[in-house]
Amino acid sequence: MLVIKDLHANIEGKEILKGINLTVRPGEVHAIMGPNGSGKSTLSSVLAGNPAFTVTGGSVEFYGKDLLAMAPEDRSHEGLFLSFQYPVEIPGVSMVNFMHAAINAKRKYFGQEPISASEFLKMKREKSALVQLDNKLASRSVNEGFSGGEKKRNEIYQMAMLEPRLSILDETDSGLDIDALRIVSEGVNKLKSANNATIVITHYQRLLDYIKPDFVHVLYKGRIVMSAGPELALELEEKGYDWIKQQVDNE
Amino acid sequence: MENENKIRQTNSDIINEAAQSEYKYGFVTDVETHIIPKGLNEDVVRYISGYRNEPEWLLEFRLKAFRHWQTLKMPRWAHLNIPEIDYQDISYFAAPKTKSDGEAKEIDPEIKKTFDKLGIPLEEQMRLSGMAVDAVMDSSGVKTMYRERLAEMGIIFCSFSDAVKDYPDLVKKYLGKVVPYTDNFFAALNSAVFSDGSFVYIPKGVRCPMELSTYFRINASGTGQFERTLIVADDESYVSYLEGCTAPMRDENQLHAAIVEIIVEDRAEVKYSTVQNWYPGDKDGNGGIYNFVTKRGLCRGDYSKLSWTQVETGSAITWKYPSCVLKGDNSVGEFYSVALTNNYQQADTGTKMIHLGKNTRSTIVSKGISAGHSQNSYRGQVKVVASATNCRNYTQCDSLLLGSTCGAHTFPYIDCQNDSSVVEHEATTSKINEEQIFYCNQRGISTEDAVGLIVNGYAKEVMAKLPMEFAVEAQKLLSVSLEGSIG
Repeated sequence: MLVIKDLHANIEGKEILKGINLTVRPGEVHAIMGPNGSGKSTLSSVLAGNPAFTVTGGSVEFYGKDLLAMAPEDRSHEGLFLSFQYPVEIPGVSMVNFMHAAINAKRKYFGQEPISASEFLKMKREKSALVQLDNKLASRSVNEGFSGGEKKRNEIYQMAMLEPRLSILDETDSGLDIDALRIVSEGVNKLKSANNATIVITHYQRLLDYIKPDFVHVLYKGRIVMSAGPELALELEEKGYDWIKQQVDNE
Repeated sequence: MENENKIRQTNSDIINEAAQSEYKYGFVTDVETHIIPKGLNEDVVRYISGYRNEPEWLLEFRLKAFRHWQTLKMPRWAHLNIPEIDYQDISYFAAPKTKSDGEAKEIDPEIKKTFDKLGIPLEEQMRLSGMAVDAVMDSSGVKTMYRERLAEMGIIFCSFSDAVKDYPDLVKKYLGKVVPYTDNFFAALNSAVFSDGSFVYIPKGVRCPMELSTYFRINASGTGQFERTLIVADDESYVSYLEGCTAPMRDENQLHAAIVEIIVEDRAEVKYSTVQNWYPGDKDGNGGIYNFVTKRGLCRGDYSKLSWTQVETGSAITWKYPSCVLKGDNSVGEFYSVALTNNYQQADTGTKMIHLGKNTRSTIVSKGISAGHSQNSYRGQVKVVASATNCRNYTQCDSLLLGSTCGAHTFPYIDCQNDSSVVEHEATTSKINEEQIFYCNQRGISTEDAVGLIVNGYAKEVMAKLPMEFAVEAQKLLSVSLEGSIG
């Protein structure tokens, strides 16, 4: 579904991604790990179309379409979802209105009628139960005054509502206590199917105990320098990144 | 890679575009207009008064105002760049010609069409129930609806000129009592040349069963509009009053200098709502209405209440401070405002809360939204005199900026002369930032829709104060003025 070839990107003239290659197929879970500043979050931002970053080379195909040519909202409609590392607060806009606008925008893109109120409410009830999201949060402004855990659960709730084909979880585990981590992971696992895929960006093995990856990649200095099965995450947990850094830097 | 750049470019373009209003009421009605030559002197004042067969005392009032106006200079203290205005280059009276000037005047089909187009059908049976409308085009009242039905309850709702004819004593008793002609430059000008407007009187103990509404329309070119509205709510009465306004798109600047006076007696309540959508000028700042308006209410009675709600999206320049003089003990004043400026619009708007009575309370919630190259200022005065003990004021003053070429300013003046009163002022400035827009985009919401969503969310607190029907209109207007639509 996703084919990234030799992707280069920079921010304010500074090159962060220096040739990423990655292929993701339906049903797969990919974990991307790596030391701070290696470009993990940049990769997720670029895939989602954050205008702060400039793509300077390479290509990304998403279900056969040129992802980089699409506006960020169209990438969303096509089924790409990004769970933000730092979800943004939007004062005055209630979660309900926000989700309603998002769902109807997607339906419009596919030439469908707006969702009915009863259907929307039913969906909202089901999906918020999935991450044990307090119903009261729905009437509050988007992410405003949410705790760290609530923000992350709210991201997964939105993911559930939008039913993406590819979800990118950008450090969804950061700032979560062990209970919240379990709830969020269970939510993600329940949403998993043979038709969708997940890219999990994380620093720690901990999250991967809950969300089992099929592949683990190490990103360092803007490149994927190592790819292997889930056992790689355990090895990194034990040995850290230094041995990989040395290996790469010596080349 | 170019795509990425393009998308980024498009994003900021959309914000720019979103800040550019598409004015939907800019058409001109082709109707024969009776218009007097440009210029202002005593003869013009006499002509306006004579045209309406006004009583001698009213002519005297006008002439005194005119003579006083001649001694004044245009105020320059506001945070506005007002070009020199040649007051001799304006025609001070224009009225659509009617087929017969008699009692049973037929409304010109062209004028009817105009108000239909504006969404104000003038037939009573076509109106949604619960609202009576007085329509004013240029200097002249067009039609007042439900006048007879309201009269059965003792409510007077008619054009100002009819009120002068039919209720001269009431008009004489209240005219100029809240806003004297000496008040300011534009008040003096209006008092000299005012034409039509609305007059409302709610008798003791009566709750007006429908929203009363006046729709102001400027049509003729080279003219100004100087209407006058007078609302009197007698003891224990209640009325909700709405005002809307639009004008054609022209390269010239047209002057609108109105006065609204409100008197609220014991335990009475008046709610005054405005959706101001005068033509704001084009995106380069050419043309548009100069909106220089004096609005003030006197809460004369104990436990009286006056509430101003305004949604301001129009006019090239706005100079307007709907105010409350809280004279009665325990009286309450409120001001809720959303002022949106974009392109080269300038607004200096706010309120005055003058606490003269004991235990009086006031609330001010002002939400400014600036886009394009506009300048948006809040100016407010809260004054508590020494004898007005135990007063409360709460002021919240927020500014929202779209883009980096506009300005938001706040000028609060607080003067509290006793120590049993509490005056609070809170202010915030925020910006719709790229992260918020991108977050919405990522969830599938276009930039245009995201701006509409965020702006309406920001203004929600004020919008909630508007009467239902109006709130929907106003919400649409905010989005249209930012060329977006809410989800």
